[in-house]
Amino acid sequence: MFESLLIPSLVIGGTALLSVPLGSWLARAMNPAPADAAMARATSLFAGVAGTAALPGQDWKAYAAALLTFNLLAFLFVFALLLVQQHLPLNPDGHGALSWDLAFNTAASFVTNTNLQHYSGEQAMSYLSQIGGLMWLQFVTPAVGLAVLTAVARGLAGRSDLGNFWIDLQRATFLVLLPLAILWATALVLLGVPMTLEGAATATTLEGASQAIARGPVAAFVAVKQLGTNGGGFFGPNSAHPLENPGMWSNLLQTIGILLIPMACVWMFGRILGRPAHARLVFIVMLGFLVLKLSVAMVTEAAPTVAFAGLPVTTEANLEGKEVRLGGAASVTWAVLTTATSNGSVNAMMDSLNPLTGLVPMVDMWLNSTFGGIGVGLVNMWLYMLVAVFLAGMLIGRTPAYLGHKVEAREVRLAILALALHAVLILGGTALFAATPMGAATTSNPGPHGFSQILYEFTSASANNGSGFEGLGDNTVPWNVATGIVMLLARYLPILLPLAIVGLLAAKPRAAETAGTLSPEGPTFGFMLALTILLFGALTFLPAAVLGPVAEHLAHS
Amino acid sequence: MSVFAAFRTSLATLAVCSGLYTGLVLAVGQLVTPATANGQLVMLDGTIVGSRQVAQKFEAPAYLWPRPSAVDYNATAAGGSNKSVANPELRTRAEALIARYGANAGRPLPAELATASGSGLDPHISLDAALWQARRVAAARGVPEPAVAALLRRQAGMQPRASGTRRINVLEANLALDTAFPLREAGG
Repeated sequence: MFESLLIPSLVIGGTALLSVPLGSWLARAMNPAPADAAMARATSLFAGVAGTAALPGQDWKAYAAALLTFNLLAFLFVFALLLVQQHLPLNPDGHGALSWDLAFNTAASFVTNTNLQHYSGEQAMSYLSQIGGLMWLQFVTPAVGLAVLTAVARGLAGRSDLGNFWIDLQRATFLVLLPLAILWATALVLLGVPMTLEGAATATTLEGASQAIARGPVAAFVAVKQLGTNGGGFFGPNSAHPLENPGMWSNLLQTIGILLIPMACVWMFGRILGRPAHARLVFIVMLGFLVLKLSVAMVTEAAPTVAFAGLPVTTEANLEGKEVRLGGAASVTWAVLTTATSNGSVNAMMDSLNPLTGLVPMVDMWLNSTFGGIGVGLVNMWLYMLVAVFLAGMLIGRTPAYLGHKVEAREVRLAILALALHAVLILGGTALFAATPMGAATTSNPGPHGFSQILYEFTSASANNGSGFEGLGDNTVPWNVATGIVMLLARYLPILLPLAIVGLLAAKPRAAETAGTLSPEGPTFGFMLALTILLFGALTFLPAAVLGPVAEHLAHS
Repeated sequence: MSVFAAFRTSLATLAVCSGLYTGLVLAVGQLVTPATANGQLVMLDGTIVGSRQVAQKFEAPAYLWPRPSAVDYNATAAGGSNKSVANPELRTRAEALIARYGANAGRPLPAELATASGSGLDPHISLDAALWQARRVAAARGVPEPAVAALLRRQAGMQPRASGTRRINVLEANLALDTAFPLREAGG
């Protein structure tokens, strides 16, 4: 037990330490000081790439319009690529076109940084689709998230414009994701992850049977999959696959990759605002939630599986869906981190976790802000902060203000709209699919767990996470269309609404922070923030949790 | 015009991220670690007998058996069972495995041999699960059990340890068994 807690603590603690210098780099790369000559050269290079539209500073509407234009183009490009991949090169295993609904779902999934996969990579995707379509989106979609966070921070710091989307996108892609991906991919290759353009190898086994072994350009894909809160695996079982994650060192590297940039985003935010103490407080609140969830999952998963009660099987922890080379503790750690951050990759099958352990990833995704996806996780957190200062205004009589910006009903309405959208999409979708054959006929497990599979799928789609209770037969037209729409709404509204709020706040005169306002660096703020997250995030979903994982746990304990 | 900028930015990021980056990683793999970069294929007498990293099916008593696979060791369609722990099918499958292995209350089956891995291609089992099978393997090969056990312990020493469990690569161990204790004509 000691060893199983020691390793996750070291991983989280070590990544937290690494995230501090990385956060400084993010702040320098994304929002350079005017006197920074090297960054000025990079900025003019990026402006040249983007062409004439690149130079002017944009207000929130222009920034949002540029963001949507880019995303629409990216979506259309990958959607088309998936429909014609059979006619294009780099397809050694001869994969055909995807159906229109699966192509729609997949393009929506990767353009929204979700990476929900209703296909299995080695069965459906040409190498060109993997590398030229999906992996490209794995670089630029976290870059979009980082750009949004940078723009929000600039607005809050009092700049008259939010910066320029085209330059921010390239800064995040080329100066943040690309160098880290090169580092991670090189290490993964050296640790034994395949990197080849050859198609499947055919072996004759020792017993004389024929076995085809899928391969491909895996290492490059997996590195950015982990670093960019993407999560879409090269192979169907993601990082549970022994070629995608060959051992404990590759597993360690990939686990750190899940958490690194989301953590660094907090420090970047603090630096752009010039409020490091505020960032520290937010980081502590996020870390507190993370450690709490991980501790719960460690305890619940240590219980042996109920399936074998009374049978002559040694009663170790639940090993269904887990890999011997990785072990139980590494699987639970991964399951919690990947859903806390909207990464969504897995190294063990979520469906086969003990029922209460399976609830923890769902809670992770319901909150979706500790630490959340790159950029957007902290933006979600910031919405909670606005609601928290407003609540504090009513509860303890402080002037509702955030960093001197007066927070009034209009801003809070938009913030609550963005937060409530998450619950509406998850609970509405689950209700519709659980009550009709569209969902009920696609579950693969009996009883409450079948309901959990549907709940998890909508949760994952709306959280832009991408993990799944994968037993669900989700490659159907209703599932592909419904989750595709949910992913798009859940990505772009919580990006547009905060940008609009920043626009509203910036239009008002800033007041000085006084003893009458809630200090964003003090414990009261941290407490109110945690309370708001619990009230909104957890209570909204309590009934659904009881119907699914809790009922399953009670029925079998 | 924003569409113009979107095209140019897309092309630039595509060229660098999908093109240059992939090429760089490919070069490192093919030049520095070609064996693992091509899937850790194992050659025997000039033919590929499998991948060191990918489980293959073993059913003969003379070989160690890997963990159960929900995809029947199909390495072009990997996956787990995705059964919930309360799913009665898990229990049915375990009962069949217990019968096949001949486990009983006095000699219970190691848990990993009763559970399917997440990938369906888990190349390893623990040393305990390998030693549990030593009796059957030794009988089928007509050699004493301690000799097989000693070989398995040596094999476990060659694998890095993950969280305290000593483990065995099933394909490598079976190749070593074939070398040390060759099968006669009808040995399977």
